Amino acid sequence: MKKMSLINEICLLASIFIVLNVLFTTTETSIFNAGATGSIIATILSAILSFSLFITMRKKQMGKSNTHNWAAPYYFMLPAVLVLVLVVAFPLIYGFYLSMTNMSLSSFRNPQLIWFNNYVAVFSDPKLISTVLRTLIWTGINVFCHVAIGLLLAIQLNRRLPGKAFFRLLLIIPWAIPQYVAIATWKGMFNESFGVINTLLQHIGVNPIAWLGNPNDTFIASILTNIWLGFPFMMMIALGGLQSISRDIYEAADIDGISAWKKFTHITLPLLKPVMIPAIVLGSVWTFNMVNVILIFAGSQGGDGSQILVTQVYRLAFSFYRYGFAAAYSVIIFILLLVFSLVVVRKSGVLKEGEL
Amino acid sequence: MSKFKANYFERNDSWPKIISTYLILSFFSLLTVFPILNLLTVAFKPGAGTFVADFAGFFQNFGIANFRDAFAMNLGTWIKNSLIISTMTAIIGVTVSITAAYAFSRFQFWGKRVGIMSFLLTQMFPAPMLLLPMNLILMKLNLMNSFYGLLIPYIATVVPFSVWMLKGYFDTIPKSLEESAYIDGCNLVQALFKIVLPLSLPALAITTLYSFMQAWSEYVIASVILRDPNMITLPVGLVSFVSSFGGMWGVYAASAVITSFPVMLLFMFLSKYLVGDLTSGGSKE
Repeated sequence: MKKMSLINEICLLASIFIVLNVLFTTTETSIFNAGATGSIIATILSAILSFSLFITMRKKQMGKSNTHNWAAPYYFMLPAVLVLVLVVAFPLIYGFYLSMTNMSLSSFRNPQLIWFNNYVAVFSDPKLISTVLRTLIWTGINVFCHVAIGLLLAIQLNRRLPGKAFFRLLLIIPWAIPQYVAIATWKGMFNESFGVINTLLQHIGVNPIAWLGNPNDTFIASILTNIWLGFPFMMMIALGGLQSISRDIYEAADIDGISAWKKFTHITLPLLKPVMIPAIVLGSVWTFNMVNVILIFAGSQGGDGSQILVTQVYRLAFSFYRYGFAAAYSVIIFILLLVFSLVVVRKSGVLKEGEL
Repeated sequence: MSKFKANYFERNDSWPKIISTYLILSFFSLLTVFPILNLLTVAFKPGAGTFVADFAGFFQNFGIANFRDAFAMNLGTWIKNSLIISTMTAIIGVTVSITAAYAFSRFQFWGKRVGIMSFLLTQMFPAPMLLLPMNLILMKLNLMNSFYGLLIPYIATVVPFSVWMLKGYFDTIPKSLEESAYIDGCNLVQALFKIVLPLSLPALAITTLYSFMQAWSEYVIASVILRDPNMITLPVGLVSFVSSFGGMWGVYAASAVITSFPVMLLFMFLSKYLVGDLTSGGSKE
């Protein structure tokens, strides 16, 4: 283990200090705005914290033998950490603060601290239960269909078949096309009097449906569109997983005379699990947080009947300018997601220690 | 006949099974291709005010008036705006990610686990949660309607994925290459830039392109931060064609064809590499 020069150590200490100071000073000025006293407190706080971080790093790193220079990984991390601090950590802190104020367009300059009143308002919102239910339906149906269709197609593609590459290319289109183009195009296709969906429905004798006029139908149209958008991702992940399963296992099963369904449930599914679980967790979170589809379909002023939690927050914040209330809503959503992901990650055993 | 079958299909596939496979694949392929075909017919139908599926009339009413109209209506400015923002996002985002990915790939350090977890955690935030505070800060800093205001969140959205991709690729490069470079007198930074990066050009290219495409297609953040008609990016501009009353579907379709088909084809070409890395990262023992 080479010992680091004093200059090197001071440089690292200084960089940690700068990152923390940027975070604290911006937080202080945007929330408390206490002038000179505020910035002195922020500086002292970041000095203490950066020094203790530095000492811990030094102590923990000295024992590790594979580094030339124990500070090297931290230097390498610095740019990315700075960006994430600016864009994630700071808005997060500010968001928690916002959720406890009555900030809106009218009280933009002088918001009052009202502590947990926004949270009380969220939980007594009569629309909350229906929105939560709609969000669960949205996430459940979408993710189920993504995985089911993706798996079905992946199994068809994982074999010798002339024209396989061509089909795979066509099937990936919904993932490849920019999302907003796909959504706007589907919006055109769902048009009540001219869209192709209603034309087809009329051919089989169904009356035209006002897809974009009635909130419930808008919601159904959004689900259909989002299923279309999402299955290629699951298909490609499942295909990657299937290709890594050895053929020998299936041949052994053939010799034992195992039925196709048993092969699927006893060989394919268990072996796909390590690949699919992370994809399903990620897919659920993405679907839960999907703003695009419903926003473009219903417009930012549309009715409540087609909204899920995230789009509701978007509307509260950017159409109705109820900033504090919207912030409280989004904190609750975030906690829900965090709990969900942690439970799934724990239960399924992905991201084990050894993997990192 | 059975010899023919054995040459092209799995050994124990029966004809009904082969036919059903083709039927399933064709059905879903039709579903994925149909909207694209519909978009094309509308784009080449002059004066289309609605999004009709008029396949029979495709050749009778063929014309490129919609494309001319699109460029007469600011499409050029939007393309320019999107090009500037997407290029800057890709370059800055990947540069920032390279060193972080290298640290994750090559070093054991205190805080590594927390670091990786927090990169993954950023994928979990609902967009409005970060967008709302960000928006208010930008309003206070008078950075609304500016490219800087958009650039920072865009970089942050591409960094976690890029780090993950590049880490996976760096892991495949043998460490012995760098070790021999150290013996020759290289330091850590030189080893990264002279040994590892030249070997990672394919991964760098894919990550850069992916980041570019992310920024090129982003709608929600741009719709909040950019309001000035001369500053908006392509997605915001195109959606405004179809959300305004009446809707200019022909012009929308033409602009969509010009601006998204190249990206789409590129993505289809790249998809194999993107997923390859995702699955190898997930299934590693």
